[in-house]
Amino acid sequence: MSIIVDQDTKVIVQGITGRLCSFHTEDMLSYGTNIVGGVTPGRSGEHVHGVPVFDTVRKAVDATGANASIVFVPPPFAADAIMEAADAGIATCVCITDGIPVQDMMKVKRYMMRYRRDDRMQLIGPNCAGVISPGRALLGIMPSHIFMEGRVGVIGRSGTLGYEAASQMKELGIGISTSVGIGGDPINGSSFRDHLASFEADPSTDLVVLIGEIGGPQEAEAAEYARDEMSKPVIAYIAGLTAPPGRTMGHAGAIVTTRGESAAEKVEILRDCGVTVVERPSEFGVTAKLSLERLYAST
Amino acid sequence: MDIHEYQAKTILREYGIATPPGGLAYSPDQAVYQSQEIGGERWVVKAQVHTGGRGKAGGIIVCDDDEQVYEAAEELLGKRLVTPQTGARGKGVYRLYIEEASSIASEIYLAFVLDRSSERIVCVASAEGGTEIEEIAEHSPEALHREAIEPAVGLQGFQARNLAFSIGLDHSLIQPWSTLLAQCYRAFRDLDATLLEINPLVVTEDNHLLALDAKMSFDDNATFRHPTVSEFRDKSQEDPRERAAIDRGLSYVGLEGTIGCIINGAGLAMATMDMIKHAGGEPANFLDIGGGASPERVTKAFNLVLSDDNVEAVLVNIFAGINRCDWVAEGVVQAMNTLDVKVPVVVRLSGTNAEEGKRILDESGIGLVTARTLAEAGAKAVEATRQGAKL
Repeated sequence: MSIIVDQDTKVIVQGITGRLCSFHTEDMLSYGTNIVGGVTPGRSGEHVHGVPVFDTVRKAVDATGANASIVFVPPPFAADAIMEAADAGIATCVCITDGIPVQDMMKVKRYMMRYRRDDRMQLIGPNCAGVISPGRALLGIMPSHIFMEGRVGVIGRSGTLGYEAASQMKELGIGISTSVGIGGDPINGSSFRDHLASFEADPSTDLVVLIGEIGGPQEAEAAEYARDEMSKPVIAYIAGLTAPPGRTMGHAGAIVTTRGESAAEKVEILRDCGVTVVERPSEFGVTAKLSLERLYAST
Repeated sequence: MDIHEYQAKTILREYGIATPPGGLAYSPDQAVYQSQEIGGERWVVKAQVHTGGRGKAGGIIVCDDDEQVYEAAEELLGKRLVTPQTGARGKGVYRLYIEEASSIASEIYLAFVLDRSSERIVCVASAEGGTEIEEIAEHSPEALHREAIEPAVGLQGFQARNLAFSIGLDHSLIQPWSTLLAQCYRAFRDLDATLLEINPLVVTEDNHLLALDAKMSFDDNATFRHPTVSEFRDKSQEDPRERAAIDRGLSYVGLEGTIGCIINGAGLAMATMDMIKHAGGEPANFLDIGGGASPERVTKAFNLVLSDDNVEAVLVNIFAGINRCDWVAEGVVQAMNTLDVKVPVVVRLSGTNAEEGKRILDESGIGLVTARTLAEAGAKAVEATRQGAKL
C-alpha cells in the first residue's frame, strides 16, 4: 500500500505538449504510472508518447475516467489549471510549477472551499517535486532510481534535499512507502499535517521523515499533530540554520519574518513535542535506521 | 521586490489616499528647489533607501529654512545608511524626498500583510504609531489588532470599524478611516503586494488622516503582470552580487563566511550550508543553480561566487534529478579552465549521470577535491579553507 498514488491511479498531465513536460511524461510512463491522457487547450487529437491529448480537463476525465492530474502549466496560467482540475472532479492534483503568484494561490484555496471536505480535491504543491510510491507509481519529477520500496513515509518541502534523504536511506537498506513534496511556496495546497494524517492511517508506513525548512507556521503545526494525534514515530530535519532573517532563501516561502520561523526555533518546537530531530542533513539515514530498530525491538 | 517611500506614496495617491505634499531631489540644489515649490515653513528631508528604521539611523532630518534643507541634503546624499535591517554595509542614499512637515495630533500604525497561517491578507492596526511593528509585538502585543480579509468579498465595513474602535479612533474619523482601509486593500490586491505599511498614519491637528510614511513590497512572481511596478526597481539598493545573480537567472544571497557554495535546489543549498556550519566553517553565500543547469550556467555561478573576496574555498554539491551531473562536471571543467580560480574546489556529484560526471572530472586532470557524501563534502570544504590559510 501507499498514500496518494498507486498503480491503479489514472493520471492526466496538464500542459503535456510542453517540452519539459513531455520529457517527464515519458519518464513517468516508463516507471509504470498509469497516464491515460493529457490536456493542452487547442491541441486535441494529438498524441504525446502515445498519450491522447484533450482540450479541457473535463473532456479528458469524461473520456478516460482519470482521478488524478499533474500540472506543468507555466506560472501565469497554473492557478487556472488547478481550478479546472478541481471543477472536473479530479481527486488528487500535483502541481510542479514554480513561480505562481501568491495571491493566485489564495484564490485557488478559496475556490476549493466550495466543495464539501469529503469531495474536495487534494492539492499537492505547487513548486514541489511531486509524489512517488516506489515500485507503484511516480507522479512527479524525481529521479526514481534512488527511491527504494519500503515502509518509511517522507514529507518534504524541497526536492533535492528529499533525494538526499532517500539515497541516504537506500544506502542503509531502508525503503520508502511514499515520498511527497509539499513545495517551497508560502501557500501550499496541502500541509505537513495533512500528510502526517495520511501516513498515520496507512498500514504500510511505520515511520515518517519530515523535511522542513525556515519560514511559515507549518512545521510547528505538524509537531503538535505528531504529539497529539500520532502513534507512529516521526523524525524531522529543518534546513536553514545559517539563513539570515528577512532574506528569501531560494524558495519563495523560505523566509523568516516572525518569531518561531527560524530553524533553531522550529527544532526546539519539534523536540518539545517529542519528535526526534535529525541533527545534521548527513544523518537522515542513520537516524531513520535507529528509530526503526527501536520501533521493531519494542513490538 | 521593495520600492522607495516616494514611489509607494505615488501609488497610494492613485488610490485616493492623502499624503503630505512632497518632491524628489538628487542634489542639495534640487532639495531647496523642491522645498520652495512645496511652500510652508518646515520641511522634512528623507533619505530614500530600502529599509525600515531610517529615522533612528539619522536618515530623516527636519529643517526650518533653505539653508538647513541644503545642509541636510548635502549630508545625506552619498552616505551609507546602516539600520538593523541593512547589515553592516548599509544602503547607499542617492535620492531624497522633501516633504512639508505635518502638524501631528496622533500617530497610528497600519499595515496589510500576507498571513501564512490563515492564507489571507490581514490588516493590522495599532494606536502606537511611529514605533516599529517588531517593538510593538515585543512589548505590547495586545496593542496590535488584526482583521483577516476574505478574498472572495474583500475587506468589509465592519472589519474597518472593528479596528477603528479597537485603536480608539475619534468617531468623526471612522468614515474616512474605512474608506482609506478599502483603498489600501485595493492597492494591495490589484498590484500583488506582499506588504503595505503606513507607519505612521497620522491624525493631523485639523483632524484629517495623512500617510506620513509608506512602505510597499511586491510578489516577485507577479511582477510580470505589473510593468509599472517593475519600473520602480532601484538596482542601487540591491547587493551588487545579488543583482548580478538576478540578471543571470540564478538565486543568490550573499553572507559573511568563507566557503562559496554552488548547489542545486533551495533545500539542499540550505542543508549544505548547515553542514558547513556543523563542520566548523561559515558559508559565504546561498546559491541555487536551479534545474536543467547547462555548463554555461555553472560557469556563471563560479564567476559570481568567486567575485566575493572573502571566498577561500568553493563547494559544489549537486544531487541531480532534472539536472545532469555530466553537464555540471563540464561546467566545472570549463570554469576551472577559463577563470583564474585561486582557491581549492570541492565537488560532490550524485544522482542522474553521476558516474559520467566523475569520469569527466577525473579525465580533465584538474586539481579538484572530490567528495562522495554530504558529510564528506562539508568536512573537506572546511579543511580546504584551513589549508588555504596555511599557505
